[in-house]
Amino acid sequence: MATSIQNISLSGKKKQVSHKEMTFWERLYLVAIIKGLLITIKHFFRRKATIHYPEQVREFSPVYRGKHTLKRDEQGRENCTACGLCALTCPAEAITMKAAERKPGEEHLYREEKYAEIYEINMLRCIFCGLCEEACPKDAIYMTISKELVPAQYDREDFIYGKDKLVMPLEVAMANTKNLN
Amino acid sequence: MDSALIIEKSIFIVVIFAVTMLMAMYSTWAERKVAAFLQDRVGPNRAGWGGLLQPLADGLKLFAKEEFEPNTPNKFLFFVGPGVAMATALITSAVIPWGDKLEIFGRTVILQATDIDVSLLYIFGVISVGVYGIMIGGWASNNKFSLMGAVRAASQMVSYEVAMGLSIIALLMMSGSLSLRAITEQQHGMDWNVFYQPVGFLIFLICAFAETNRTPFDLAECESELIGGYHTEYSSMKMGFYLFAEYANMFISSTILAVLYFGGYNYPGMDWVGIHWGTNIATLIGIAVLFVKICAFIFFYMWVRWTIPRFRYDQLMNLGWKILIPLSIINIMITGICILAFK
Ligand code: SF4
Ligand code: SF4
Repeated sequence: MATSIQNISLSGKKKQVSHKEMTFWERLYLVAIIKGLLITIKHFFRRKATIHYPEQVREFSPVYRGKHTLKRDEQGRENCTACGLCALTCPAEAITMKAAERKPGEEHLYREEKYAEIYEINMLRCIFCGLCEEACPKDAIYMTISKELVPAQYDREDFIYGKDKLVMPLEVAMANTKNLN
Repeated sequence: MDSALIIEKSIFIVVIFAVTMLMAMYSTWAERKVAAFLQDRVGPNRAGWGGLLQPLADGLKLFAKEEFEPNTPNKFLFFVGPGVAMATALITSAVIPWGDKLEIFGRTVILQATDIDVSLLYIFGVISVGVYGIMIGGWASNNKFSLMGAVRAASQMVSYEVAMGLSIIALLMMSGSLSLRAITEQQHGMDWNVFYQPVGFLIFLICAFAETNRTPFDLAECESELIGGYHTEYSSMKMGFYLFAEYANMFISSTILAVLYFGGYNYPGMDWVGIHWGTNIATLIGIAVLFVKICAFIFFYMWVRWTIPRFRYDQLMNLGWKILIPLSIINIMITGICILAFK
């Protein structure tokens, strides 16, 4: 039997369009309306799909790109060396930073001789593409480990995240180190 | 007329006004909740418990919004439009019997602002004035979309008012009176008109949807084609007035449906309650029953809105002129034959 194009149904859902005359009950339209009303009222009692966001947080996928974190190493020192590669690669130009030289006696704070004195990400500009994470040569910036979203704010200023909000808290770093050993 | 009567009526009118406002306010909340529930969402739930303060927040927002006026030569009419819409939405409630009578301090208080003989005609008159609010507003906006919305609203109202009036005539042939109180009293107990006039009720219901500009007949607003229809150019509290009038209209038309076809404040067993527990209790239960019926109709309005898509304009006109009007004329003839045969 020759398979003509008319008989192929890739989805398996192909239906012939029918142009038959509507019967009286179909033309009355009321039956269809009542059927529709029954369908919608069923949804009225259905479980709601809503997740009440701030109180209830959805589980993050392991590769979810959320709020950025500036990582610390096992000894609790900041990884970032203010090389500026993340700022350079950022397509939205969301990152700015100011570098400073590490003074003697600050070795326990910063891993490299140069560190970011100011490091700011404007979350209104950021498109959460993750390129900063990819560009970083020092394993310093990660978007997957905070498991947090950037929440809504009333002021534009509040969306500029400085080091206070970005650097991984010391306790978390310590806990991580403990887990390693 | 003694002064006590004036005080009594004034208090009653203020109460009705407040209740209408409250119902309109909470209809907006209910609309959003019902919409959400029918779509598997939860709806507004942040302002107050279950979002109950949401209407207040909405009102506050509308008050605080900037008042924008289009560059129109009809500043006065632009201002009058929402006022007319609001006023006509509110004054229909004057003739509705909200309950039987209460006995307070030895006085018999009739729970109706005024019982005029022609209350049904009065309601129809006011409703037809209501379309002027939309027409004036849409025309004065100096905007093509608004004008289209206004024109649609006007023609739709005109065509559906005919069918609505004809469906009421069949009811009037049975009741023999235009007074809403008389019509309610005839439906004592469970003797509701809907059992005698099912077709008339259906026609009236469909027309009520069209008259209140609700989906599937919301061609006057029609967000997807006309942006906002007649209130495209309105902002701030003028916009609020239009929306409020719409919800007040929905409340009033639900009330009229309940009174004309579902027995108003009548409920089965009302005589028993009246004899055993006293008139006042019976009346209070009656008021509650009426409000339950009204809320059921309001819910039905919303339920339909979130189920059925909007009609096309020619379908709307076809339905009105070619189906509903002939059907209501046939209904009148059948009613006449039945009255002749059984009485
Ligand atoms: S995620 Fe993308 S847009 Fe955001 S800061 Fe990093 S590179 Fe820039
Ligand atoms: S986060 Fe990484 S790429 Fe960005 S400045 Fe610091 S070390 Fe360089």
